[in-house]
Amino acid sequence: MALPILSARDVVVKFSLRGRVLTAIRQASLDLHEGETLAIVGESGSGKSVFTKSFIGMLDANGWVDSGEIIFEGQDLAQFKREKQWLSIRGKRIAMVFQDPMTALNPLRTIGLQIQEVVELHHGLRGRAAKERVVEILADVGIGDPKIRYGQYPHEFSGGMRQRVVIAIAIACNPRILIFDEPTTALDVTIQAQILQLIRELQRRYELSVIYITHDLGVVANVADRVAVMYAGDIIECGSAEEVFYNAQHPYTWALLSSLPQLGIKGAPLYSISGAPPNLFKDIKGDAFAPRNPQALKIDFLERPPFFQVTPTHYARTWLLDPRAPKVEPPAPIRAMRAKYEGHLA
Amino acid sequence: MSRDGREVLVDVKNLRVEFRVKAKEPFVAVKDVSFHVFKGETFGLVGESGSGKTTIGRAIIRINETAGGEILFKGRRIDGNISKELDREVTQKIQMIFQDPMASLNERAKVDYIVSEGLYNTRNYRDERDRQAKVEKALEDVGLLPEFASRFPHEFSGGQRQRIGVARALIMEPEFIIADEPISALDVSIRAQVLNLLSKLQKGMGLTYLFIAHDLSVVRFITDRVAVITKGEIVELAETEELFTNPLHPYTRSLLSAVPIPDPIEESKKEVLIYDPSVHDYSVHKPRWVEIKEGHFVLGNDPEISAYREMLGWRRFRA
Repeated sequence: MALPILSARDVVVKFSLRGRVLTAIRQASLDLHEGETLAIVGESGSGKSVFTKSFIGMLDANGWVDSGEIIFEGQDLAQFKREKQWLSIRGKRIAMVFQDPMTALNPLRTIGLQIQEVVELHHGLRGRAAKERVVEILADVGIGDPKIRYGQYPHEFSGGMRQRVVIAIAIACNPRILIFDEPTTALDVTIQAQILQLIRELQRRYELSVIYITHDLGVVANVADRVAVMYAGDIIECGSAEEVFYNAQHPYTWALLSSLPQLGIKGAPLYSISGAPPNLFKDIKGDAFAPRNPQALKIDFLERPPFFQVTPTHYARTWLLDPRAPKVEPPAPIRAMRAKYEGHLA
Repeated sequence: MSRDGREVLVDVKNLRVEFRVKAKEPFVAVKDVSFHVFKGETFGLVGESGSGKTTIGRAIIRINETAGGEILFKGRRIDGNISKELDREVTQKIQMIFQDPMASLNERAKVDYIVSEGLYNTRNYRDERDRQAKVEKALEDVGLLPEFASRFPHEFSGGQRQRIGVARALIMEPEFIIADEPISALDVSIRAQVLNLLSKLQKGMGLTYLFIAHDLSVVRFITDRVAVITKGEIVELAETEELFTNPLHPYTRSLLSAVPIPDPIEESKKEVLIYDPSVHDYSVHKPRWVEIKEGHFVLGNDPEISAYREMLGWRRFRA
């Protein structure tokens, strides 16, 4: 397997909020491999955005990386203190695309100039050469009549087209890693399908490594080579898309998949998770999901589970994988997924 | 009023809704939409943003004025000028659940007031004790504790807030509930709870739902019949499973193909169809609303309809 291009180890991110300290990321570890698409799935508040923002120094002013390391191109990004250090990474080597294309663009400048700004800053191109490059990039992200579009303002673009412009700005400086934070949540499904297609094409053409943040497991199945599941500030399961969808191990992954209406049986109640995610102001003991897990073991409340390997590429943080643990049956939809996969292999 | 032996609760006929902006020409948000909802069923209205699905819901509940057509509730016309009495009845019997529970609850009011606001407006309670009992009952019905009545909305999570939104509708003892994207603002794990609650209430109280959504996977799970709407027009309507197995109109097919499936193998085999409205040539043959199969309606002109018929015929030979 390819070497990781970015490697985060035991990252802890804290925020200071009204005099109290909140631990948003609790010793999370993650590798991103060259040329792959890694999806990070989780509910709101699970820390998926915060975790990736720490890779480009974009945490809010009241947040900081408390410990751990983030290795990228031989540097430890977790040690970066000054904005000047980040300028050589953010945008240039690692770029990010956000959820809402309506607010990401400056309404008072033509989109051509907004992209050109990036091209001039990072490539040192000027004048006509810069403009030509911008037109080229616009064509690359699938915007028709790029020469005319160059001189138009954001309000003349639809939501999907605006997201294409935002992606154009992100790839304009040839980054190695592109992070997409829920890029299609604000878009209609038919437009979403087109943007997902575009992301795949660009990834091939620009040889990008992609981190894709989403809560939509359907989108994950579409884009991801590998999947990391986040809960309460920690990666609790990670593996190839097939491993996570067809052979999930952590009870939270089970619950997340089982509660999807696509896997439910019409007329019967859907599998649902009771309770709410834990309060991150407090210390979390044991497995963070234990209080919501009806089949939790005693040890789940006492001690935090380590990562257990399922295969060389698949690991999960659950005591169920300990050899001493009793055998717990996953919910029916998960068993159905497993059976379906075995049928597919046969 | 009945059709096919089933009671029709809401009947929308040739509905047209216009918005007047500054331009001289009004913007037509809903053009010539017809459908009916049977008592006790969940009827889905699916479309993308700007398709007019919410406007239809708002027209039924009399928030948006209609520019044409009629809306019947239990056989009586409820659009336009209606008597005070009927207006009161409609206010009570038709309720709405909104999309975003973070925005739809008054932050300054206690749950007790939020839930009983409808009662106050219609004076639909005998005395203070009766009102409190009703609030308690409504909260219990949606799975909240009675003591939550004295709390403020900010003390609740998204799922709980949506339950408050449902309680506020239930307290009016409605027959028809318009649920406008009731779960799209909620987290994945909370969605299941609210969907289960809606089904449970329907079974227990015999409610009828108009379920407005853009998410087809949810619609497939919860609705009995679905109408697909685009640019203010319904293009296809059928029983849910029929629509999902035999989509005919190109817009329906493109919409279905675009929905991501949480299954990597199926997802990799899937082909996304892109809808191009210019495939319809309506210059010679005008489109009609045709029942192509029992209970399955589609919009198309004569050549299109015969093509759809052929498609249905071919599909019967699939393995």
